Amino acid sequence: MTSITDRSIADTPSADVVHGRARTRPQRRVRARRRWDLWGLLFVAPALIVYALFALKPIAETVWYSLFDWDGIGPSTWVGVSNYIQLFQNSEIPSALLHSCVLLVFYSWIPAMIGLVLAGMMTRIRVRWLTGFRAMLFLPQILSSVVVAIAWRGMFDYNGPINTLLRAIGLGSLARPWLGDFDTALPAIGVIGTWVEFGLCMMLFLAGAQRIPRELFEAARIDGAGAVREFFVVTVPSLRSELRVVLLLTTIFALRNFDIIWNTTQGGPGSQTMVPSVYVYQNAFVSHQVGAAAAFAVILTLFILVVVSIVMTALRERKS
Amino acid sequence: MESKRSVIITHGLLIVASLIAVYPLISIVLLAVNPSAAAPQGFYIPSAISFTNFENAWTRGDFAQALISSFIVTASVVVLSVVLSTLAGYALGVLRMPLRSVILGLFVLGLVVPYEATVVPIYQTMKQIGLLGNYAAVILPCTAFSVALGTVWMRGYFANLPSSVREAGAIDGANKMQILVWILAPMASPAIGTLATLLFLYTWNEFLLSLVLLAANPAAHTTPLALSFFAGSAYNTSPGDIAAAALMVAAPVLIAYIVAQRKFVSGLLGGAVKE
Repeated sequence: MTSITDRSIADTPSADVVHGRARTRPQRRVRARRRWDLWGLLFVAPALIVYALFALKPIAETVWYSLFDWDGIGPSTWVGVSNYIQLFQNSEIPSALLHSCVLLVFYSWIPAMIGLVLAGMMTRIRVRWLTGFRAMLFLPQILSSVVVAIAWRGMFDYNGPINTLLRAIGLGSLARPWLGDFDTALPAIGVIGTWVEFGLCMMLFLAGAQRIPRELFEAARIDGAGAVREFFVVTVPSLRSELRVVLLLTTIFALRNFDIIWNTTQGGPGSQTMVPSVYVYQNAFVSHQVGAAAAFAVILTLFILVVVSIVMTALRERKS
Repeated sequence: MESKRSVIITHGLLIVASLIAVYPLISIVLLAVNPSAAAPQGFYIPSAISFTNFENAWTRGDFAQALISSFIVTASVVVLSVVLSTLAGYALGVLRMPLRSVILGLFVLGLVVPYEATVVPIYQTMKQIGLLGNYAAVILPCTAFSVALGTVWMRGYFANLPSSVREAGAIDGANKMQILVWILAPMASPAIGTLATLLFLYTWNEFLLSLVLLAANPAAHTTPLALSFFAGSAYNTSPGDIAAAALMVAAPVLIAYIVAQRKFVSGLLGGAVKE
């Protein structure tokens, strides 16, 4: 992120070279600079206008809507922050955020750990058929989330592969319709997320691990480090920036997460799998409480920004 | 240095992980080609292969129209976003202009803010201007967010190019636009290609915006939306039909993935690292 706002790249010397002639006379230089600015603004303008109209403006409007009681059609009433107060008091927001936190573990931390361990093991040997493995591990990433949801509805079905497997190994008493059970619906949704993300995490870590200098591993081995110690002393610290990227991507995916829930449980059973994004949709387009929907959208966005900045701060790039 | 044991364990784990990654899709394939209407149990291999489920899904779910809709939406978003992002990325990465870090910061914000933060007002706006159910209702907001990703992406690429390239063009008397079109854009074509692949994937699979903005008009349903409605309508849709429909929806992306696997993988990895 720091590189993005870095001004030094921007002020490349080329500008002076291009307008080298103009440098001799100060007045002309000023004019030349203005022309520069115009070109830049002209090039940015189309993208910025679309972005401002269909992303920034709606974000601001969402905040504005959240302060009204409105059914989306009739007149609206200013209610201040009472939408928020109400959603906190009837515990919709706290329970939805709690569900989001559970999903965060399944969508982000578990895949990151699986990916880290597998990538760590892969650094110790030369992996054969890597292209083939990679193609398969990436597959969940390219599928539409609706397809993913349908596939997993089948996997979790009472007569589906997971229950069949449990019965085959003598754990038939655990078999159940996982997505329809009050106790297991949320973790079951979580497992889908783990499945979607673990291949990506693994490949990101592996790409990073291949850039670790071999000497570090050798040095650790000379010092008598075993596989486990080597993993914690060499591999994990070297993958700091990859870990940041992985947690950033998976966190945003985990906290948004409308598509998979909507196409599997729709928030049920009861409200066991209700998360902020499902509340946004339901309030806005099913029960026509636009103000409450907007309040949920604001909370969701703030929550994402907070969690993301915690991750970014905790794993900040060390200044060398 | 490599012990035989760790070679075997690691490859064993990789095989298990890969099987887990592909099995849910395989289970849909098996279900889709299964001739019997009843849902089969657990792990099984169909005794015969039948395509009646595909015929059912194709005719009842109107997926031909959905594929056309998805194609129109995706092509528009990808082309628009790539052009706008290249222009903006060039300006922010190379040209000296006012408010550059502010503008860039705004675009970076778009990488983190979810569609959920915008759908409610966008729905109201589209309703007011009569665009609900029209492709443009999805194309515009989708482009807005794609442009955020694209601009940050292209800006990163252009900012890292050696300035000598641009200077050579400038000395030859090319103006800013000519430098971009004739020198920088051709050089950036691998980066542009990766960006286009990523945006294709995201847009083709986009669900929430389509649900909110296109649901009212069945003729404009994109494939994920058509599939969601098809799978959700309880009447007369067997699991086999739904599985066949899911495969048809996944097919274009799967084919693209098989053809251009490297591009996809590098796009997903690179796209992630850029963010």
